Amino acid sequence: MIHLESIEKVYRTEKIETLALSSINLDVQEGEFISVMGPSGCGKSTLLNIIGLLDAPTQGKVALNGTEITSYEDRRVARIRNEQVGFIFQTFHLISDLSVLDNVEIPLLYRRNLSGSQRRRMALEALDRVKLTSRVHHFPSQLSGGQQQRTAVARAIAGRPRVLLADEPTGNLDSRMGDEIMGILEDLNRNEKTTIIMVTHDPRLAEKTERIVRLFDGRQVN
Amino acid sequence: MLKNYVKTAFKVFLRRKFFTFISLFAISFTLTVLMVATALLDHVFGPLPPEVKTDRTLGVYELRWEVEAGDSRSAQDGPISYAFLDRYVRTLPDVERVSIFTHFFSSPVTSYKDGEKIESYLRRTDGEFWKIFEFNFVEGGPFTTQDEKDANFVAVINEATRKRFFGDQSAAGKTVEVDGQRFRVVGVVANVPIFRPVPFADIWVPISTSKTRDHLDRQNLLGGFQALVLARKPSDVPRTKEAFRVSLSRVEFPNPGHTNRLYAQAETFFEAVSQRLVGSKEESHPERLLAVIVGFMILFMLLPTINLINLNVSRILERASEIGVRKTFGASSRTLIGQFVVENVLLTLIGGLIGFILSFLVLQMLTHSGLIQYAEFHINHRIFLYGLLIALFFGVFSGVYPAYKMSRLHPAEALRRRA
Repeated sequence: MIHLESIEKVYRTEKIETLALSSINLDVQEGEFISVMGPSGCGKSTLLNIIGLLDAPTQGKVALNGTEITSYEDRRVARIRNEQVGFIFQTFHLISDLSVLDNVEIPLLYRRNLSGSQRRRMALEALDRVKLTSRVHHFPSQLSGGQQQRTAVARAIAGRPRVLLADEPTGNLDSRMGDEIMGILEDLNRNEKTTIIMVTHDPRLAEKTERIVRLFDGRQVN
Repeated sequence: MLKNYVKTAFKVFLRRKFFTFISLFAISFTLTVLMVATALLDHVFGPLPPEVKTDRTLGVYELRWEVEAGDSRSAQDGPISYAFLDRYVRTLPDVERVSIFTHFFSSPVTSYKDGEKIESYLRRTDGEFWKIFEFNFVEGGPFTTQDEKDANFVAVINEATRKRFFGDQSAAGKTVEVDGQRFRVVGVVANVPIFRPVPFADIWVPISTSKTRDHLDRQNLLGGFQALVLARKPSDVPRTKEAFRVSLSRVEFPNPGHTNRLYAQAETFFEAVSQRLVGSKEESHPERLLAVIVGFMILFMLLPTINLINLNVSRILERASEIGVRKTFGASSRTLIGQFVVENVLLTLIGGLIGFILSFLVLQMLTHSGLIQYAEFHINHRIFLYGLLIALFFGVFSGVYPAYKMSRLHPAEALRRRA
């Protein structure tokens, strides 16, 4: 489903050149749940950003369902992200001025041909999946860390994406809340066959996934 | 989606109340000044009673006569003689009406009532004058062309003059003595403000009641009169202007042995003002005056617009996380530009609403101050529309660049920044 070939990412400033990723080759099958591990600064988040089309590689190819999308223009890439990819971040990245329901609706705003009532229904369904329907009109500041992350998960799955990218989704949570979130992700993978790629530092969580991809200094290690 | 944008916009406004206040203050102050200026211009040049047919009314207000005799050169300019207008303007073909009347810039005339001196602006007109303008008669009606032919000593006065002469009583049928002449009042009209110099006066009487017959002297090209030409329809205006040019080319000069040059136009009031300010002898160049007015307005808007742009750009960092999230979940750069422009336009419209209220108050103060004689300023639909357009222009123009900058933020980079 996801094919990365000879991916290289270099960050250049006026004085410094940083090689974030080098010679990354990765294939992810549909329905797989894999984790990406490595020390801080090894390029895990950069890899996730490239897979999620938030960043473009300096060299190499990215293909989704057999179609190479490395050279697509901004609008097309945005549309693919909207329809096929969901993101969960370590720091949740909820918009503080919007309610839980409005936050979850965000991906649906950029879908064509969805009425307001349809958006609302899909958002509520997603909140129901993460068991947060009692908090729909709350604001992020009124939620616990676990509830905020569950809101972020609902936002990521509201549009029923085929791929879920989670960047340290439990990193800011205690173990109990972290297990809760992991449970939701496992459930999505098992029941919805959602492909999940998760960056994590926690070997306990990584062992629950089907495959671990290890990175060190921007390179894959076996 | 628009509902979401509006909701987000209000949340953003309330999040940083001080910034929002500064923005609203700048917008509303700028718009107040511009709307008051627009209102003043509209009241001077726009179609307002009694001048409602401005789209097909042309005036012949001034004439410039240059004479060359050998090495000697002379020039005169000013209002025109009655004889000239009667001969070369009243005879213009295919027009609905022509009116001749005395020009505005004459000294006030004196009357006495119960020992008290009253000064009034007197205008002498023909009967056609009342058919070109639509005065609001509060009593009686106008004098007619027949009155003018018969030299009847009748007068139309305004409400202010009625008050001065007769207090709260009716004036119809009563007599006023003006500049040593007695006139019977046949009509009373609502006051016309002084910035409408063509119809403005306190008292109107027939031309034929003039104390002398000098105005009939055909030798004079210049005198104390002006004319209005009412075309049949607005599309006839260019043809009427051309007809006047042709008529002008046939003028018989009292001194044919000399080189005579005559400059005059049948023009709208705006064109006449433009000629005085930015035009030449031959052309009024109204587009230059319009460019000057619009240029000043844009210049005036420039500083607050630049400030607003700076303010919005400085808030990019504050909203970087939100931008990153929206882009991550599928918002294209174009969509984000649209969102931020909508937010800015909303803010500008709120500022515009405050500006409207303040403009209304300022215009009311101007009206009641008595600074401008008989002025009554109000916001009509035209001024409302101009104000709305100015606010929208302001909103879009000051929002596009910050919106563009916001939309160019790289999502991965934006997410790394915290709100």
